[in-house]
Amino acid sequence: MVIVAFAIIRMKDLFAVVMLLGIYGLISASFFIVMDAVDVAFTEAAVGAGISTLLMLVVIAMTGRKEKANRHKPFSALFIVLVTGGLLIYGTLDMPHIGAVDAPIHKHVAPRYINDSMAEIGVPNIVTSVLASYRAFDTFGEVVVIFTAGIGVLTLLSVARRKESEEEISSINDSMHEQHLVIRIVAKMLIPFIFLFALYVQFHGDFGPGGGFQAGVIFAAATILYAMLFGLSTARKVINQTFIQLIAAIGVLLYGSVGIVSLMSGGNFFDYNVLASDPIAGQHLGILLIEWGVGCTVASVMIIIFFNFAGRQELHQQKERVQNQEPS
Amino acid sequence: MLMDLFNHWVVITLMMSGLYIVIAQGNLIKKIVGLAVFQTSVFIFYISMAKVEGGTAPILADGITQYSNPLPHVLILTAIVVGIATTALGLSLVVRIKEAYGSIEEDEIQQQDNQALSESNLEKEA
Repeated sequence: MVIVAFAIIRMKDLFAVVMLLGIYGLISASFFIVMDAVDVAFTEAAVGAGISTLLMLVVIAMTGRKEKANRHKPFSALFIVLVTGGLLIYGTLDMPHIGAVDAPIHKHVAPRYINDSMAEIGVPNIVTSVLASYRAFDTFGEVVVIFTAGIGVLTLLSVARRKESEEEISSINDSMHEQHLVIRIVAKMLIPFIFLFALYVQFHGDFGPGGGFQAGVIFAAATILYAMLFGLSTARKVINQTFIQLIAAIGVLLYGSVGIVSLMSGGNFFDYNVLASDPIAGQHLGILLIEWGVGCTVASVMIIIFFNFAGRQELHQQKERVQNQEPS
Repeated sequence: MLMDLFNHWVVITLMMSGLYIVIAQGNLIKKIVGLAVFQTSVFIFYISMAKVEGGTAPILADGITQYSNPLPHVLILTAIVVGIATTALGLSLVVRIKEAYGSIEEDEIQQQDNQALSESNLEKEA
């Protein structure tokens, strides 16, 4: 990983930098598996190696892939970095060693999560029960942040869309069919299974690694794959932009209203015990609904972000085409 | 003995290379990549803290007594998805900057800003 990071510093070609970032994400995902963090590895593999690389590539297509040689001297920056790094390393000498059982971090709330969560929540995957029940308020905040970022991208990049004619779409389709025949057919076979896998991850999050965040990201990755291979306009016909924006809002709303309902029924905010007559059943119901809210929001925000970036890029290409036509 | 802290040192190296990219490179996309490297190093730091010697993934099963700490996993899991959302926001700002200035190099943008400023000052004096 260190090698990849240093290569990123040296590279001038932004395309190679982005590819290296993808590799970096994949390596860190495998590192997370070694460190027993299976849920995290799931997310990192889909986000770090998949979606972020794609977004960066779309941006580079708009802004150009060559970086200029920088003229200012890097020595002062190097000095700051070395001093900070040295101080941080000095700080680590007091840190508990990796894997130590008696490290302070394992003494605080973690024993309760590990020992009592089965009796209190009734879900084998501790990560899910902490995420959706013990720390549901935190997670609600995260979902709102994602939603807000989606709105931000929408305000910065959304373009007024003209109507695409059917003929244009089919002509693009025909030309693409000749170019990427193998990839398209393989993708056509794979995409249903990716969707199915996303749903499995969504519903199986209580028992194995998975949950709303991972499912949402995988779902979005499948849609983005479709949009890349079959053209943006075809994907827009399948998934309406207004509809997907509605889904993003509904996800946050669903999450929040679960909290309100539990408040109304006499419990605390996000206290699912009161949702059903049996506390454990109430917890199950609450976690299920909340994971749905998370999954909807994450998937649709990721799709919105990609659609807007790609739509912007289409606009650029059209402008260039018009400019090229004018002089002749 | 010293190898026990090896993970932390890797994290610091990665973090510092990310910081270096953010400070020293002029290209805005490169800066965002640097931020991503920095961000991932923090993820690695949290996850390696959660590791317990001889523990397994925190999914309850019969016959297992030692689990890794689930709390950092939860924090980082959400942080990754929030991270990509905020990175996308940053990238969209870069796209708008490119449209407004025609460049994503920091010094060229600065130059254009200075020019515009001095021109407006001249107009005021006149």
